Amino acid sequence: MSATATEAPETHDALVEPSSLSPRRRAFNNIVKSREASILLVLVVVIAAATVKTPSFFFSGNSWRDLLLTPSILLLLAVGEAVVIITRNVDLSVGSVLGLTAYLTGRLFIDHPGINIMVVGVAGLLVGALLGLINGVLVGWGKVPSLVITLGTLYIYRGIVLTWAGSNRINASDMPSGFLDVGTKQILTIPVLFIVALVVLVAVGYYLHTARGGRELYAIGSDPDAAELYGLRVRRRVVSAFVLSGALAGLAGVVFAARYGTVSSDAGTGIELQAVAAVVIGGVAIFGGSGTVWGAAIGAVLLVTINRALPILGIPDFWQQALVGALIISAIVLDRVLNARRARHLIESRDNS
Amino acid sequence: MTTRTYLEYSRPLWRRLLLNREAAVIAVLVIVVLYALMNVQYFNSKLTLTFLVLDVAPILLIALPMTLVIVTGEIDLSVASVVGLSSVLVGILHQGGMSIPLAAVIALIAGLVCGAVNGYLVAFVGLPSLAVTIGTLALFRGLAVGLLGTKAVTDFPQGWTDLAKAQLGGTGLPLITLPFLVLAVLFALLLQFSAFGRGIYDIGLNTEAAVFSGVDVRRTKLILFMLTGLVSAFAGVFYTLRFGSARGDNATGLELQVIAAVLLGGVSIFGGRGKLAGVIAGVLLIGVISSALRLQGVTVNIINIIIGFLLVASVVSTSVLAWVSDVAARRTRQGTRPPQTPVGVGTQER
Repeated sequence: MSATATEAPETHDALVEPSSLSPRRRAFNNIVKSREASILLVLVVVIAAATVKTPSFFFSGNSWRDLLLTPSILLLLAVGEAVVIITRNVDLSVGSVLGLTAYLTGRLFIDHPGINIMVVGVAGLLVGALLGLINGVLVGWGKVPSLVITLGTLYIYRGIVLTWAGSNRINASDMPSGFLDVGTKQILTIPVLFIVALVVLVAVGYYLHTARGGRELYAIGSDPDAAELYGLRVRRRVVSAFVLSGALAGLAGVVFAARYGTVSSDAGTGIELQAVAAVVIGGVAIFGGSGTVWGAAIGAVLLVTINRALPILGIPDFWQQALVGALIISAIVLDRVLNARRARHLIESRDNS
Repeated sequence: MTTRTYLEYSRPLWRRLLLNREAAVIAVLVIVVLYALMNVQYFNSKLTLTFLVLDVAPILLIALPMTLVIVTGEIDLSVASVVGLSSVLVGILHQGGMSIPLAAVIALIAGLVCGAVNGYLVAFVGLPSLAVTIGTLALFRGLAVGLLGTKAVTDFPQGWTDLAKAQLGGTGLPLITLPFLVLAVLFALLLQFSAFGRGIYDIGLNTEAAVFSGVDVRRTKLILFMLTGLVSAFAGVFYTLRFGSARGDNATGLELQVIAAVLLGGVSIFGGRGKLAGVIAGVLLIGVISSALRLQGVTVNIINIIIGFLLVASVVSTSVLAWVSDVAARRTRQGTRPPQTPVGVGTQER
């Protein structure tokens, strides 16, 4: 305590001394020191390194577009997955949901020529939401761990696509050019699909940060039993998290069809683990209660970008996956270290006061 | 009133033996096998049995140590990548002129090291196994793909590839049954008939209580992850020789099949509950259904749906039964169960 503070009459017992910094300065510090900033820094370093080596990685029109376009699908999945993981659940079925709605998109265009593109987009979203609702109801009312349920629905949903599609494949020629243009169209050089993903990200991020429902998701993830005792509608919130994750995976399926033009029955196989990996890299605790969708989104962009940057940096394609694995592990080790340090600081400041 | 022993308070022995998850899975397996024997053409042939066992052998093998890991409340998603890595190592070392047995031993050691990496990060650094093994899933698979690229090693000596497919006498059972049975007995003894195994259940039920009752939680988890790596590597050697091909992407996605089978066999994802008999029946159930459907000309696709439904139904039925007995108990005013809140991946402390 400073000398002036001891002379002043004690009016209240503050746990922590009020910060001498201005609120704006404090907000700036919080952002810079945040977990998201560290992962963003890694992303910037990767892009910068690749650009220094091959300037066209960043500066050519096509590369700039791919840089934003390619991560859009994983970004959508990661946002939904982050919300589910924050509630201390997990959704492994997103890859199968993506496959189902991607095939549905193609099917709609083939069976109903001239169908409105928006209608197809909404259909994908709604079918995804329905599949998510099934997950959520089984988890919420079946009182069964989500890992088991969504592993089951991963197989069921994928089985439905496989049975439905068989060896059929949706080709670019089956879909109207207006729809495929959405996959490549840009507004102010920013791809439309990336803008869609960004709007979703901002909406979900704002909701989680400010809305009561969003804060309740964190409370549920920190301690489900306490949330129940506190009177939160745990079941309803968890179900809505799964509905959101399903809906975003459904939307990602439509985006997949627009982006790649061809859809076979194995579209999106195995992408669920990438989505979980993006969330973990982005600093969301796997047992819920902390982390942000901003981090998960940056994690998704980093995962995709690193795969494109490594060959430029002279690392052969084949070693990319090993590096991604090492990245995931270092991200969780980093979280561990940061958490331990924060806990130590809190204990010290308590003991000093 | 005369004193009654603890056992007299519990359900009668026959009910405890017959009315549990393991018995239910075994019963379903027996019913499906009988149905298939009577109604599916060629199901009773020896060749069907051979291919059935060959197909599920990697899952059967890996499910053994995976059961122990899941009983402690942890999970290992990296097993399929260890299979791939061990397959690639056998291929590369064979290409370099090494004999198959020596290459296999080196692959097994590599599997042990992979398991030790998982175990160290989970048990000693204290990281959640779900996150760690998603990381090592990518890492080990990446090493496998990095070492061999998109190439494949296929020139394995005929003698060894024949051995992997050889039958035990005229029984129709493939040779891999022998090492599997030995491992199954060893793991059953370890889990269900040893102090170490009681410790495994203790950790799954309540880690803190296990620590206070003298269980070395860290050492136990490390050993279990190492065993999982070792057995996965063995499954990788078998996989390579059976298909006569070493590729970086061998057995991709097998981890989810193994976990689905283990959970189907009645092991709780929260840990503390489950028996090997149920797990083995669960793997065989999936194998028998796939094989019978294929013989009837049903496309392989429908098998996915059936596995998924079995998995969901098997867990949901448990909570429905619990709910029914809960309502019954409330009606007779004999007390209620504490409310269960749905939680996701595990109840371990962060």
